[in-house]
Amino acid sequence: MSFNNLDTLYRQVIMDHYKNPRNRGTIEDEGSITVEMNNPTCGDRIDLQMKVEDGIVQDAKFEGEGCSISMASASMMTQTVTGKPVEDALKMSEIFSEMMLGKDIDEKEFNLDDMGDVQALQGVAKFPARIKCATLAWKAMEKGVDEEQ
Amino acid sequence: MNMAEVRKQFPILDQEVNGHPLVYLDSAATSQKPQVVIDAINDYYERNNSNVHRGVHTLGSRATEDYEGARDKVREFINASSIKEVVFVRGTTTAINLVASSYGRQNLSEGDEIVLTKMEHHSNIIPWQQVAKETGAKLKYLPLYEDGTISLDDVREAVTDRTKIVAVTHVSNVLGTINRIKEMAQIAHEHGAVIAVDGAQSVPHMKVDVQDLDVDFYAFSGHKMIGPTGIGVLYGKQSLLEDMEPVEFGGEMIDFVHLYESTWKELPWKFEGGTPIIAGAVGLAAAIDFLNEVGLDEIEKHEHDVVQYAMQKMNEIDGMTIYGPDAKERAGLVTFNLEGVHPHDLATALDSLGIAVRAGHHCAQPLMRELEVVATARASFYLYNDKKDVDHLVEGLKKAKEYFGDVF
Repeated sequence: MSFNNLDTLYRQVIMDHYKNPRNRGTIEDEGSITVEMNNPTCGDRIDLQMKVEDGIVQDAKFEGEGCSISMASASMMTQTVTGKPVEDALKMSEIFSEMMLGKDIDEKEFNLDDMGDVQALQGVAKFPARIKCATLAWKAMEKGVDEEQ
Repeated sequence: MNMAEVRKQFPILDQEVNGHPLVYLDSAATSQKPQVVIDAINDYYERNNSNVHRGVHTLGSRATEDYEGARDKVREFINASSIKEVVFVRGTTTAINLVASSYGRQNLSEGDEIVLTKMEHHSNIIPWQQVAKETGAKLKYLPLYEDGTISLDDVREAVTDRTKIVAVTHVSNVLGTINRIKEMAQIAHEHGAVIAVDGAQSVPHMKVDVQDLDVDFYAFSGHKMIGPTGIGVLYGKQSLLEDMEPVEFGGEMIDFVHLYESTWKELPWKFEGGTPIIAGAVGLAAAIDFLNEVGLDEIEKHEHDVVQYAMQKMNEIDGMTIYGPDAKERAGLVTFNLEGVHPHDLATALDSLGIAVRAGHHCAQPLMRELEVVATARASFYLYNDKKDVDHLVEGLKKAKEYFGDVF
């Protein structure tokens, strides 16, 4: 018995984000948006806070409970969208969804390197039962932006 | 048929998943089907398919005989006193909803109480919440103890003359706890209440005699007892069912239809609006034959041996937490957490070794809160599992622990 194929899913960088989450915590600012999102089928939960000013995501922080994939994804997402214009963050969310469906991303249209560590989650596409874990944080971000607008 | 022979009757088990022989440990979610059940359904469609209770033609008679024959088989299986007490429904959820929407609405009013446990599946909580909201009745939960059991003393205290319904699971789908239904029924009856039992996790695994238990309503699903999905049973005492209004109206359940009102067929058909689940009933009958051939006592004993072995082996793993009562007092499932590995990650890791377990809240969010966990993993056993499956599981758990330990 070996776990060779598991490495596709659990890359080192994912485990690092799980173990040492970036942006875990809360934003002490009354102007920030708070979104709670659950994955009802498995109990994963994320509380996402974002501060958006002049159309830019100035800060994003999260609290929550869940598996390595959902928590690592939240860590990566907050890291990636911080400092980006809202429309870029939404575009990335769209690209991320496509990535999870295993679609090829046209690199001429979109530079995947802009996604930073998020790229490490590409392997999740091969594990259909885990896609919802990975997309939870992104859905929360979309909902937050939606409420802000 | 000995237990080694039993396993060979389930074609799905003979395959590789992710390069490993399948080890199926999720029968509490749904069980696998033996060849005879698959054949019975095919045979029905290939030779007898027709609508029931109406055709004068030969196929119509055959289909009706098959369908009603299945009902009598169920009656005998749970020892109901009449086929009038056996209503075919979609599954346990539908059965409980039927009782809540019909009996509940008719008999509950402001200030009445429904007593239930904290180990109920969502399907034995939400129908009662809804009917309580409509009628002004209150839900009252029995305390749950550390070892995953409830106490009969608490039942005696909670059940009062205000109690109209006691809603309880026979076997917990998370803890494996076997509740003392016969004693609870007696307590309920002393106060003029009825008892409605969720039998989804009991009927497949142990001999259930509804008359001996003296239950008023008893619900279970075909697909958890090696039968097909989409068929289940509501047992109800005839005297209660007689007074209950149907909840679904249409063809098949009527006697006379006039322009402004109609009358219903007699029991059990007044609760079976529309073309019934004929092929499902045929499959269920074949499943019952198979279970009877192996023997429910034999199955219970076998699962008990397997679960006892599983708990002993699993407890040897560092960081293992197992929820629920001792092996000697539990049904054939083990819900657990392994320190440092989230249950979803664990289930994915095991799946990559061909081992199917459930991870999540198991449709029992209130119970998860009570246990103070977000999610758990569950291995559940049935007649086709053996100790070798447990060995694979334990080896997989150790590997997973190592794997997730290493990355950190």
